[in-house]
Amino acid sequence: MLTPVIAMVRKDLLLFFSDRRSVIVSFVVPIAIASFFGSIFSGASRNGERARVAVMVVDRDESAISRGIASGAQADTNLAVTLTNADVARDSVRRGKTSVGVIIPKGFGEASGAALFSNGEKPELEMLYDPSRAMELAMVRGILTQHVMESVTREMFGGAQGRAYLEKAIPQIEASGMSQEQKQLLLQVLRSVGRFYDQPARSQASGRVGGLTVPYTVREEPVTAGADVAYNGYAHSFAGMGIQFLLFAMANLGVEMLLERQRGLWKRLRSAPVSRLTLLLGKGISGAIISLLVFGVSFGFAMAVFGVRIEGGLAGFVGIAIACSLMASAFGLLVAALGNTPATARGVTSLGVLVMVMLGGAWVPAFVFPAWLQQLTLVVPVRWAVDGFDAMTWRGIGSQGAVVPIVVLIGFAALFAGVAAVRFRWEEA
Amino acid sequence: MAILEAKQLRKSFGQLVAVNEVSLALDAGKLVGLLGPNGAGKTTTVSMIAGLVTPDRGEVLVDGRRLTGDTDPGKRRIGLVPQDVALYEELTARENLRFFGALYNLSGAVLESATAAALALVGLTERARDAVQTFSGGMKRRLNLAAGILHDPDVLLLDEPTVGVDPQSRNAIFDNLELLKQRGKALLYTTHYMEEAERLADRIVVIDHGNVVADDTLDGLQMRLGPAGGGRVNLETVFLTLTGRSLRD
Repeated sequence: MLTPVIAMVRKDLLLFFSDRRSVIVSFVVPIAIASFFGSIFSGASRNGERARVAVMVVDRDESAISRGIASGAQADTNLAVTLTNADVARDSVRRGKTSVGVIIPKGFGEASGAALFSNGEKPELEMLYDPSRAMELAMVRGILTQHVMESVTREMFGGAQGRAYLEKAIPQIEASGMSQEQKQLLLQVLRSVGRFYDQPARSQASGRVGGLTVPYTVREEPVTAGADVAYNGYAHSFAGMGIQFLLFAMANLGVEMLLERQRGLWKRLRSAPVSRLTLLLGKGISGAIISLLVFGVSFGFAMAVFGVRIEGGLAGFVGIAIACSLMASAFGLLVAALGNTPATARGVTSLGVLVMVMLGGAWVPAFVFPAWLQQLTLVVPVRWAVDGFDAMTWRGIGSQGAVVPIVVLIGFAALFAGVAAVRFRWEEA
Repeated sequence: MAILEAKQLRKSFGQLVAVNEVSLALDAGKLVGLLGPNGAGKTTTVSMIAGLVTPDRGEVLVDGRRLTGDTDPGKRRIGLVPQDVALYEELTARENLRFFGALYNLSGAVLESATAAALALVGLTERARDAVQTFSGGMKRRLNLAAGILHDPDVLLLDEPTVGVDPQSRNAIFDNLELLKQRGKALLYTTHYMEEAERLADRIVVIDHGNVVADDTLDGLQMRLGPAGGGRVNLETVFLTLTGRSLRD
């Protein structure tokens, strides 16, 4: 049994490497695409700086408050702010060069200050946004809230606009129809603010009054393999793309089996005194070896060029690579067993592979999916492979964390191979 | 005793009875021509003998021993030359033969020697290291034959082995088959070309609609179906007399 199996493996490897297109598609293309996806999903540039959201601010008010908002936004590390006019902002958003355009209307400073102490009408900030980047709009809105509050309260509690407002508001309150008790309370607050303005040491101590700010700061810690280990998006993208292209390679192996049948080669194979198990085993082993080579080359490149490291268990990583290769190879056998003709098999499996890798989180991490879909994708082998590789690389989980993915992937391999063995058309009329 | 006997082979696909109670025997050093129109059941018969298709009924015996299962050692004594050029185009002639030889557990020096002998027989020694895709149709057919005889079988099944080849390659194949006969091999040869059967066959089996309609020597057939007053007719006339003139698609 050994000689025929070795011969089949050798022959399939010779055939694979004799086809330049297969080699390029299996080794070069995944590296190129994984590098691209990795650069997108790395989250930060290589010097650790986050990508900023492009924002254009149009200041039609030119008040102290509006200038404060603009300068606060400009100083924010999450935003790349350009001051401009409304036409330029609208055009830039429309062309997709800017995510959000913020227009501060005339009178915004005065109206927002008044709205802080009374139930008066609140002024409106106009936000022009690119509908394809709605997530960035939400982010900018949150950041602007902080800068608007800071600028408005700073001005109202320490600036000329606040003092003018007090001088105007106190007589209005005294003449208003509210109850004596309410008047007293409100006037007490405003007069305290007035006295605060008159404190000579105030401006000397700090130079200027700070507005209301968010009453906490945030310490962000990316939880990876260790405190000194940064998240490397390439680890995920190379795992995902590696799996995608080895599934394509194995589906192609299945299609090749159908072509072999069409060309009468299976008549020769079946006329020899070799068992069906030997024939499937030979195909399965050669597929698994090619799959392992794809992983080896992909991750080797990622390690050498993008600094991807196996921060978790090396044994677990190797185990997942082997289990995933077996699963992919068995998938190829399944294609050969279920495919009627090479052409139909090629079309159907291309769609199948794309759906599997998409749902398996090979393109984008599965956590961006809705909760129900995250649960559903547990029946997709790619999900287990991708999660397993993530665990063994940047998450730094030990080899024990690979046990479940390995068992599940081998289970899928057994299922695919079993169905293939049962459904394979052995008769060669 | 015949090296190979097929006894009452029957195979149906759904309602269609492709082969019905076909029996034939192959003797050492003899070539049996299996003739029949398209769809007569020739290839299905060959496939059952080669173990590619399981008969619904009947059996195949090699030296009186029934062939059973994929790994029956008796299959080593049978070689198949399929109708298609069943070769890996991307591999060289030698790589193809090494692979097919290994399926019969040949390895090492034995495999090398068998490969060299098979290539020499079909006149392709000089092209051993060339990829099959660079070969002409005739060369591919000759290599197809070499792959079938690589493991030195006692019985060789040839399913239309000369389709689409030029006269030179066809003659070369005929010479190869004559040589194999001299070496004591039993050959079963299906063809549509009557002149091939006339030249090569020691015995002719005509099959139609899955049934054997004649099994005799060429002389016997010509005598049996010749004019009433005596004399001979050619094989094509015999064939058309036996199978009719209606078109088979």
